[in-house]
Amino acid sequence: MFPDIPLSHVVIVSTLMFFIGVYGFMTRKNLFAILMSTELILNAVALNFVAFNYYLYPDKMQGLFFALFIIGIAAAEAAVAIAIIVAIYKNFRSVNVEDISQMKQ
Amino acid sequence: MDYSLSVWIILLPFLAFLITGLAGGRMKAIVSGIIGTASMAIAFVLSIMTAWSYFFASTQGAEGFAAISPINMVWLRFGDTLHIDLGVMLDPISVMMLVVITTVSLMVHIYSIGYMQGESGFARFFACLSLFSFSMLGLVVATNLFQMYMFWELVGLSSYLLIGFYYDRPSAVAASKKAFIVTRFADLGFLLGILLLSFTTGTFDFQTITNPAGPLITQPSSAMFMGASLTTIAVTLIFMGGAGKSAMFPLHIWLPDAMEGPTPVSALIHAATMVVAGVYLVARLFPVYALAAPSALQIVAWVGGFSSLFAAVIACTQTDIKRVLAYSTMSQIGYMMLALGVSGYGGENGLGYMASMFHLFTHAMFKALLFLGAGSVIHAVHSNEMKDMGGLRKFLPITHLTFLIACLAISGIPPFAGFFSKDEILVAAFQHNMPLFVIEYIVAGLTAFYMFRLYYRIFWSDSEHSHDNAHHTPHESPLVMTLPLMFLAVASATVGFLPFHELVTSDHKGFEAVMHWDLASASVLIGVVGIVAATVMYRRSSTLPDRIAEGMKALYTAAYRKFYIDEIYVFVTKRIIFNGISAPVAWFDRHIVDGTMNGIAWLTNAVSYRIRNLQSGQLQWYAFVLVISVIALGVSAFCMIR
Repeated sequence: MFPDIPLSHVVIVSTLMFFIGVYGFMTRKNLFAILMSTELILNAVALNFVAFNYYLYPDKMQGLFFALFIIGIAAAEAAVAIAIIVAIYKNFRSVNVEDISQMKQ
Repeated sequence: MDYSLSVWIILLPFLAFLITGLAGGRMKAIVSGIIGTASMAIAFVLSIMTAWSYFFASTQGAEGFAAISPINMVWLRFGDTLHIDLGVMLDPISVMMLVVITTVSLMVHIYSIGYMQGESGFARFFACLSLFSFSMLGLVVATNLFQMYMFWELVGLSSYLLIGFYYDRPSAVAASKKAFIVTRFADLGFLLGILLLSFTTGTFDFQTITNPAGPLITQPSSAMFMGASLTTIAVTLIFMGGAGKSAMFPLHIWLPDAMEGPTPVSALIHAATMVVAGVYLVARLFPVYALAAPSALQIVAWVGGFSSLFAAVIACTQTDIKRVLAYSTMSQIGYMMLALGVSGYGGENGLGYMASMFHLFTHAMFKALLFLGAGSVIHAVHSNEMKDMGGLRKFLPITHLTFLIACLAISGIPPFAGFFSKDEILVAAFQHNMPLFVIEYIVAGLTAFYMFRLYYRIFWSDSEHSHDNAHHTPHESPLVMTLPLMFLAVASATVGFLPFHELVTSDHKGFEAVMHWDLASASVLIGVVGIVAATVMYRRSSTLPDRIAEGMKALYTAAYRKFYIDEIYVFVTKRIIFNGISAPVAWFDRHIVDGTMNGIAWLTNAVSYRIRNLQSGQLQWYAFVLVISVIALGVSAFCMIR
């Protein structure tokens, strides 16, 4: 499809996305930002699946299906996570992770 | 007769205990008393029937009265040979004891209905009495050493409960604890003895152990320890248990204090039944003592002889009437032990054994009577002290008369019961051990003296301070209390005529008793001397006793202070055992054992305090650690592959 884009470029992009996600997950204090970071990590993995499938085994479909599953699960996870965040907000009037330290004693 | 009914003698008091113990609070007080008394009455009738058919209605074979076990079931089985049974064994001494216990217990039950009237805890009192009767009856019919040990501890428990009946009085609580701890300490010896004896014989069963043709006696164990055979050590240890229960010197200290309990309890437990359990124990194992361990029997004789003299001297100086009776009990039990100690096995040689059991029987009657009489006196004047009494013969005619009969009986004046049994003991001692005979002869005189001192101080010698404590003029006790007194007085006067030498003997066969008129008249003489001395000194209140006490001040003070035995115990326990053993052990426990444990706890605490930040609860921090670790692992794995 894009024969002039080598595999290594795609992998570099996905690695960047992954570590940006990890960095965001660890540094952001807002729950929504953390959720977005996780989405970024998931999408980096999905991108990897698609790219390796396309470049290494063009006659097979497993990678694509994995990517589809990841998208589906990410959607479900986002729904659940946002519901939790809303519930937390109702209880704590805050979506900052540092305010939610009830369990630590 | 079918002896299986005899099981009910033991079970009925137990049922009464369960009923009055569990539901006593919910029924009217008198009902629990009636339940206890009724069960005891049935048990009494059953034991009289059992005794009648055992001794008189059955034909005895060439072996004499055979031991019968109407019930014997295996209770705990550890192996083929080692098992603990529960059962009923009827032989001459256990049948005799059944009669003694049920008689005295029934009288005490009836008496208590009057004596304890209006006391709080009436139902509890009767529950404990029933428990005691059950345990004591179970003890005497035990078929094996272990069953005996169990019931032995049960009587100790019920004694503890009843001494501490007035648990709001600190002295009663202290006395009950003292009794329990001292007898428990002695029972340690008993248990060790049981284990040693059954180790050598491989059984707990009495009939196997005491069989004169059995292996224990015919093939004594050759194992020696500290110059004595294993059997001797075992039976000496068992005697230690018996000495604790029977208040023999030096384990007697609990008995005088046990008088803190209600007076009927003292009559039942600390005069007639439980305290003779030690005598009964030695009698039960008598063939072993006599044939396999004569040196242990010597110990029994000398401990008994010394205790009887020791207690008789103390009894002459005490002023609390129940304590006088307590020391008198100790002295009389010393007699029984001594009689066993000087006895041989079989036929005429077993005179001491027969005399001991005879004295046990008669003593139970008159000593219970003395205690119940004393209870009646205490009931009238509300005091235990002699100084509050005097001149009571006008107010308490029935108590006075029955008390006099009991005093005559214990002093050995014919035809009352004590004369016959005491005379047999003196004969046995005279034939086998002269020094002990001399001791017992003196004690016979002392007994008459202190008993009549007690009698005169209570019923005669008026003094101006009398009855200060009484709220009212002393009055005779109600019929429910005097009836047992009269019954026991009749018993004290007549049971001496029972032909014991044909019924209860060491080898279960009867023998011809010979009346030794010379010894008998000598013992009556010393008794009369004691009575005359007491009459001169205490018939009227005078200064003569004080002057005599002044004359031998050292002895009097020492005896009044009970020869400082309690103080010696306190010294030994507090100073020597506490400082020498307990304090170092406590130090070791506190610093080494606890120190180790506390150190471990402190270390754990300190480490956790340091590392507790790892558990921050911050998800992002965990993720950071996770990522860093994964990276570190990855890098190190990469380096290793390279």
